[in-house]
Amino acid sequence: MKEYLELLWTDYTLQVITLGTAILGATCGMLGSFAVLRKQSLLGDAISHAALPGIALIFLITGTKDSTTLLIGALISGLIGSYWINGIIKRTRLKTDTALGLILSLFFGVGILLLTFIQKMPDANQAGLDKYLFGQAATLVVKDVWIMGVVSVISLIVTLLFWKEIKLFLFDTEFSKTLGFKTNTINFLITSLIVIAIVIGLQTVGVILMSAMLLAPAAAARQWTNKLSVMVSLAAAFGAISGVIGTAISASQNNLSTGPVIVIVAGVFVLISFIFSPSRGLLFKEIQKYQNRNDLKLFKTLTFMHEIAKTHENIEHPHAIKILNNFQGFTKRSLEQLQQREWIKLQNNMWSMTHKGFNAAQDIHLMGEDE
Amino acid sequence: MSSAQLEIQLISVLVAIACAIPGTFLVLRKMAMISDAISHSILPGIVIGFFLTENLNSPLLILLAAFTGVLTVWLVETIQKTGLVKEDTAIGLVFPALFSIGVILIAKNANDVHLDIDAVLLGELAFAPFDRLLINELDLGPKSIWVIGSILFVNVILLFTFYKELKLSTFDKGLAISLGFSPVLLHYGLMSVASVTVVGSFDAVGAILVVALMIAPAASAYLLTDDLKKMLLLSCLIGAMSAIGGYWLANLLDASIAGAITTVLGIIFLMVYLFAPDRGIISVMLKEKQQRKEVLLLTFLLHLQNHDEEKERRVQHLQEHINWQKLKAREILQLAEKNNLITINNAIISLTEKGKSFTQEAISHIVTNKETAIEGLKRDFLLFRG
Repeated sequence: MKEYLELLWTDYTLQVITLGTAILGATCGMLGSFAVLRKQSLLGDAISHAALPGIALIFLITGTKDSTTLLIGALISGLIGSYWINGIIKRTRLKTDTALGLILSLFFGVGILLLTFIQKMPDANQAGLDKYLFGQAATLVVKDVWIMGVVSVISLIVTLLFWKEIKLFLFDTEFSKTLGFKTNTINFLITSLIVIAIVIGLQTVGVILMSAMLLAPAAAARQWTNKLSVMVSLAAAFGAISGVIGTAISASQNNLSTGPVIVIVAGVFVLISFIFSPSRGLLFKEIQKYQNRNDLKLFKTLTFMHEIAKTHENIEHPHAIKILNNFQGFTKRSLEQLQQREWIKLQNNMWSMTHKGFNAAQDIHLMGEDE
Repeated sequence: MSSAQLEIQLISVLVAIACAIPGTFLVLRKMAMISDAISHSILPGIVIGFFLTENLNSPLLILLAAFTGVLTVWLVETIQKTGLVKEDTAIGLVFPALFSIGVILIAKNANDVHLDIDAVLLGELAFAPFDRLLINELDLGPKSIWVIGSILFVNVILLFTFYKELKLSTFDKGLAISLGFSPVLLHYGLMSVASVTVVGSFDAVGAILVVALMIAPAASAYLLTDDLKKMLLLSCLIGAMSAIGGYWLANLLDASIAGAITTVLGIIFLMVYLFAPDRGIISVMLKEKQQRKEVLLLTFLLHLQNHDEEKERRVQHLQEHINWQKLKAREILQLAEKNNLITINNAIISLTEKGKSFTQEAISHIVTNKETAIEGLKRDFLLFRG
């Protein structure tokens, strides 16, 4: 770990790579939030697979391994894939899941066919194309990071410019239509941004795991807030941190592709968020469930006492604890808890109801009648 | 054709048919993406199974990996039930995580494991004939044939045994539950079958291309027929045809067989998508155009019926009053005349008896909100469609 930090301080290549994965993580987290909220989580998976034949075709045509050129091919075939998915859903009886699965596997298959065809070509300097399957952050150079930076700034600007429209579109498409927003344009805008984000991530994370890069930070961020702006910023932060930590781990070990490690780190973020988020988290829900159950028990006891106290003119008239013996669900602890809430008073084996307790019991009674 | 070539084709046809059967139900149940998730997340199961058995064709490995597949389905459902994220996000989170674990396991043990990540992704169909099943020195053919053959056999038996239950629970879940079929049991049964099939096929065609073999034949068949039995048969047929076609394409290009099979599947789907009668997009678009024209025709006839005065029924007037383009107006006019709904005298249009009764009935359908009945009406009256 210490070695890594020293390296990060001195090694230029490592700095470039770390910066690259951080930028990528932030961009993907930001745009992934939109995908998650639109319930299009798996679209990213389909598009990233669909980008593969584009990479191979561009290589076949131009013979260059320049990553920018290849990414343009990826962009084109990714866009074709996403429009075909739309066409299938709109024009045929096939459903979204089938359309996604079809495009994903068919495009990927064509990509594999082309890649293996390229590999068998006698003269081509084809080695290295398969880094697009799992991603190799080590192959990032300064130019790639520049491209990532430009793309992320552009998506940030576009997002900020159309913030209101995007927000309304995400949460109430129908309403935004009636307000006269061009929903088709916004839809196109978001989809294009997501496709571009996927394409710039291919070199680092790879075709197969790219979708997780979009989803995981957004899904984690969603647990901590109900506000879109907070969610988008959090997702960007989670994405960037996953990118940095993932790169660190994969750089300090042999033989580890960056993609899978980043995905695992992002997955840990999701897991932590699922469990510990303060309002939606599973832990919180369990605690609340326990508290509710406890409250219910107390209410039951209080109601029972109320029935007894009602029969006396002075409601604070003390009664023996013994008479509660036939009642299920009272314990020494629950009596103490009732006393803590100042609903009853306890005095050597006797209990008496307070006015506060009497009113509380009546409220419970009324609530029961309302239902 | 050498015997190895024959064996490869046989294996790929068996794989295609074995995949097409569960694939049909996955497509109909809108769970196609689950097969994608399963095909990725079985990777850690395969790796761990390979550590234990050191044999890719061992039944233990297949069961272990298939268990990972079912585990995926369970995980997705559990996450979804917490309500923290939607179903598609749950799928999208679970399988990359499991797949990554598999990739890392392979990478960290690269020295002890003769398991190549490319082989898992792409399959090694070309090498399948070399791994032979020998019992007492007797050559019984490639192991893969036996593995995938028995999986296919089980799939077919299960299909015949539970056909009725599967069909009912796919098309009418409510009725199936009320008749006492357990949807959970059927669901997990189908998922187990899908998982076993994916695992059995992966080392022939690779983990990702299995998805193509499951979804593409079923999706193409679904655009061609409404009958479940025909759909099953068609998907098996399409799968088998692509398997053989793909083999020869790969031979021609000297490229991955699995990739070539998928490419052929893609071409078949594209053809069906474009040209399928009734459901292909060309026929859908033509039908939409026809519908639009016939709606105009109806509007035109209603206009005629509403106006007795001659000036509203002059040919030129249509362009001004209903605001139609010249070309469109002429088309509709011709269509109406061809169908003997109107007559034209001195550029004055009047409805014929047939036109009057057609319009009458159409109005009564519109008034009673039975717009669909108009389709039947059109069939009865119109000899020439729009």
